[in-house]
Amino acid sequence: MKKGVEVSVAAALAVQLARAEVISAYPITPQTHIVEYLSELVANGELEAVYINVESEHSAMSACCGAAAAGARTFTSSSAQGLELMHEMLYVVSGLRLPVVMTTVNRALSSPLSIWGDHADVMAARDTGWIMLFCENGQEVVDSLIMAYRIGEDRRVLLPVMVNVDGFSLSHVIEPIEFPSQEEVDRFLPPYQPLFSLHPDRPVTMGAYGMPEIYSEAKYAQETAIINSKDIVKEVFDDFANRFGRRYNLVETYNTEDADFVFVALGSIGENIKSAIEELKKEGKKAGLVQLRLYRPFPWKELIDVLKDKKRIAVTERAAPGGALNGPLYTEIATLLYNNGISTKMENYILGLGGRDVMPETFIDIYKGVAREVSEVPTKEKNFMFIGVRG
Amino acid sequence: MAKPMEQYKWHELNVGCVIDEPGNASEYMTGDWRTMKPVWNNEKCVKCGMCWLFCPDAAIYITEDGYYTSNLYYCKGCGICAKECKPGAIKMVEDER
Repeated sequence: MKKGVEVSVAAALAVQLARAEVISAYPITPQTHIVEYLSELVANGELEAVYINVESEHSAMSACCGAAAAGARTFTSSSAQGLELMHEMLYVVSGLRLPVVMTTVNRALSSPLSIWGDHADVMAARDTGWIMLFCENGQEVVDSLIMAYRIGEDRRVLLPVMVNVDGFSLSHVIEPIEFPSQEEVDRFLPPYQPLFSLHPDRPVTMGAYGMPEIYSEAKYAQETAIINSKDIVKEVFDDFANRFGRRYNLVETYNTEDADFVFVALGSIGENIKSAIEELKKEGKKAGLVQLRLYRPFPWKELIDVLKDKKRIAVTERAAPGGALNGPLYTEIATLLYNNGISTKMENYILGLGGRDVMPETFIDIYKGVAREVSEVPTKEKNFMFIGVRG
Repeated sequence: MAKPMEQYKWHELNVGCVIDEPGNASEYMTGDWRTMKPVWNNEKCVKCGMCWLFCPDAAIYITEDGYYTSNLYYCKGCGICAKECKPGAIKMVEDER
């Protein structure tokens, strides 16, 4: 039975179903509702967990790091400046191979100060060695969080997992969501059995100094682990589909089979692109959508399978390139196509920054090649289109 | 460590580089980067033990006749012992190796 619930609350309920044991977080818009509701669950005795109030996001991730090192199932959540503040610890947690799970409720970075949604925050953290999942709707948030623990805690993986949820446009909407029962989740997600943990009965050192003789080997081992984790992500998605009936794929496609033109997108903006695709269908035009559910490790083989025969690829990104040649997602897909000898026409659209709504009409314009940019182009030297800017 | 650090292959490291042999830091030759070493003049030494007390690496030990000397496997040549030696019995000399 589906329940109408705010997606942030649904995320908290998913963490409750996953039986998180230590939660440490610092409130920041737009992720606040998640940890606020979790603190209520803990205070009311509905979730048997330790809730650690901290003075900053850096400390929140540090507390999760320590708790995970002691063998606890942990959770935290952040957004924008908060994620930036815990940036250092993101690397520590992935390097220590601790399966911390967090939601990043994606928000624009200052300045100018903005509390609204875009992907600047996660893009700054994309290469921290975390497994990263993106969600389009509330059901996906709940399911992804439950799967995140199963993926991260797998002995073949042992890596932290970040579940990305678009700020406001996803986090604050009320959606009908189906929650699995506690028994079903318990069968799917057994208690965390750490490989190593900080315990006086078996003393170990974590986070020791890595001399030049060992650092490269350590990083190679970590890189191998995250690349190989793709197979386990797939395995967990399959098991989830068998048990709960909802199938997820590393790369999600919509109407791509017979379309020569595809959009590539991350997160909830996909719903608007789908609406645009349906409108285009009415005009007899074919467009498809490719969404990366798994962003790290980068599902390159699955992407090549979908993109190899396309004639035109429009990569949409909710993050400004910051002086780079293109947005990060475009850059990676361009590399992928080049390495595979594919020279499809690619376009990069920067849009939806800082909570700017992007309506289906914009994607129809992109399809038709009439998407408006600023009329007075300040520089001819850029490779991307910055959509929806007045002037 | 079961073998010298530079002999470990990437797949031989513990997950997360965890060290599961407690106390194996003692195998690490911290004296390797020393440029100066302490030399004792037992004629000036009053056996007060201040050098032993102050050595940050516990690299100084007492000899059978009650004088002091350093374990050059660990001694980094920091010179704290010479600085703290009130009778001036310890001299730091260049360690040519």
